[in-house]
Amino acid sequence: MRIWVPADAAARALGADEVAAAVNAAGIRPIRNGSRGMIWLEPLLEIEIGGRRHGFGPVAAADVPSILAAPEGHPLALGPVDDLPWMRAQTRLTFARVGVIDPLSLDDYQAHGGLAGLRAALADPAAVVQTVTDAGLRGRGGAGFPTGLKWATVARAPADRKYIVCNADEGDSGTFADRMLMEGDPFALIEGMAIAAIAVGAAQGYVYVRSEYPHAIRAMERAITAARGAGVLGGSVLGSAHAFDMELRVGAGAYVCGEETSLLNSLEGKRGIVRAKPPIPALEGLFGRPTVVNNVLSLATVPWIMANGAAAYAAHGMGRSRGTMPLQIAGNVRHGGLCEVPFGLTLGQIVDEIAGGTASGRPVKAVQVGGPLGAYFPRSLFDTPFGYEEFAGQGGLVGHAGIVLFDDSADMLPLARFAMEFCAIESCGKCTPCRIGSTRGVETIDRIAAGDRDAIPILADLCNTMKWGSLCALGGFAPYPVMSALTHFPEDFTGKPRMEAAE
Amino acid sequence: MKPAPPDPVPLRPNAPPVPPLDPARAERLDDIIARHAGQEGPLLPILHEVQAEWGMIPEAAQPVIARALGLARAEVHGVVSFYHDFREAPAGRHVLRICRAEACQAMGADALAARVQAALGLDWHATTPDGRLTLEPVFCLGLCACAPAAQMGDRLVGRATPERLVTLAGEAR
Repeated sequence: MRIWVPADAAARALGADEVAAAVNAAGIRPIRNGSRGMIWLEPLLEIEIGGRRHGFGPVAAADVPSILAAPEGHPLALGPVDDLPWMRAQTRLTFARVGVIDPLSLDDYQAHGGLAGLRAALADPAAVVQTVTDAGLRGRGGAGFPTGLKWATVARAPADRKYIVCNADEGDSGTFADRMLMEGDPFALIEGMAIAAIAVGAAQGYVYVRSEYPHAIRAMERAITAARGAGVLGGSVLGSAHAFDMELRVGAGAYVCGEETSLLNSLEGKRGIVRAKPPIPALEGLFGRPTVVNNVLSLATVPWIMANGAAAYAAHGMGRSRGTMPLQIAGNVRHGGLCEVPFGLTLGQIVDEIAGGTASGRPVKAVQVGGPLGAYFPRSLFDTPFGYEEFAGQGGLVGHAGIVLFDDSADMLPLARFAMEFCAIESCGKCTPCRIGSTRGVETIDRIAAGDRDAIPILADLCNTMKWGSLCALGGFAPYPVMSALTHFPEDFTGKPRMEAAE
Repeated sequence: MKPAPPDPVPLRPNAPPVPPLDPARAERLDDIIARHAGQEGPLLPILHEVQAEWGMIPEAAQPVIARALGLARAEVHGVVSFYHDFREAPAGRHVLRICRAEACQAMGADALAARVQAALGLDWHATTPDGRLTLEPVFCLGLCACAPAAQMGDRLVGRATPERLVTLAGEAR
């Protein structure tokens, strides 16, 4: 009997290690898979029955003996996991293997299609950039820059050395897709980086992971060692003439290092201070060399594209937002977790149908999309289709597709203040609008909170300066949560209407 | 009569003197530096390992690291002071971290933190007088779909309650 108990950090936070220990105590060694993404059902125990994986959840260690004794008809039985509505609603391309395979088994990885993309890239290295371009893949880390264009720039740049850098500094609240992928399918990221290396002519790669993700760090380290041992990495990638190796580096708790130029400085052993662009990292990146800097999801999606073709990927999505996006649904939510869908669903469909509304059962007041620097959307904007241009048109960002729900008990003024304070704490200090603007922003919001309505236009003016004058997205995007809160929820800023003097 | 020789000029006039590391620590530090010598950009990996060893980055280690990497002592200090993870004084034996980011706020993280702070009698970054426990804020543990989240040592806690965190904090010796 095969049994799966996730080793994903969220599942662990909800007791998966205790459940795994109980399965072990019953004499069966569970496979520690990633999470299927249904966090409200974690720990989700799966048992193979009649060739299908049946789910049980959320399971506590004390439930294990009764489940093992009589799985069918158990009160926690959910039926075949693939038939659950959450799973059926998805188009899993990037996350196809996450939760399914043993993350650290290269055999399991290959049995589920792994390395097919790398083999295709090795068969025709010159075609890789075009394939990624034709697929329409845009950077999944937030900025949405076309991946193929970035790779083409690095490929053309003459240099003695080039680098592939994976930005795994996923510091945004409400986002956890990078973590889930690294814990649930680390070889996909390694394969994606190897493909990028072949495409642009790089021999060395770095994964820069935030220190807050110890489980992802361990999974990646083990996977890199295994990949090197199996000849996926090293002097001859899968026996080819291409050499590519990679190393994992751990950040040190600075949010701004998620910004690509700060990350490069940090990798070089410097303060994580933003670099002015130009020069762009594609031409002068790590140690001054041409460098591909991509997010985990962008790189981990490339193997699927190479294995299945650009057209198959581009067939999903809408407009200039092609393919699928792993949504991360979080906060005050009934069904929170990771749900990979093609671009094009409306925000309302995501919030009401997929997420099922709030955990508290109260009405949804606001949804923050794209991390702490993303806008708060009110219900009146819920018909916005999920796409880069569509969200930008409503003063928001898709960002990393983190979606955080708030119920009607949320007070938007403290949340706006928090965004400014966060920017002040995490500012690298290089540019004035971010460094000083964020501190003045906190003070100005405090004046508004004290009843000074004259401070509202000052806050708007300050946000405008930060948006257009900051060197990077930290200062440049902090106005999104602040101004969206102020615009859509003005009643939280002006308080109860004051008595008019002339009355 | 010859003029008196000038006072010896210190090599780095702005560098205050730092007592050297004791020999055992100095040897251990040399090992750590040597292990990373072949890496590109080795400063962060070295600092992480030093902190894992001593729970902090001793001030006396900084000029040693600087010399080995061909950096100014100020540059190393600049890096140590830039990153939240690096400490110039050790934390308590256990660290309880409570997430303060938006997804956790949506599930009552502020109230949770206030109750834990009151129960433990600790403010952020403070350590119990017996050096047993330090309380730290953290911005996102990636557990946003099971908020509010916390971390007690290596143990992650989803859907955290004040009672659960206070109990875990009390069990840590």
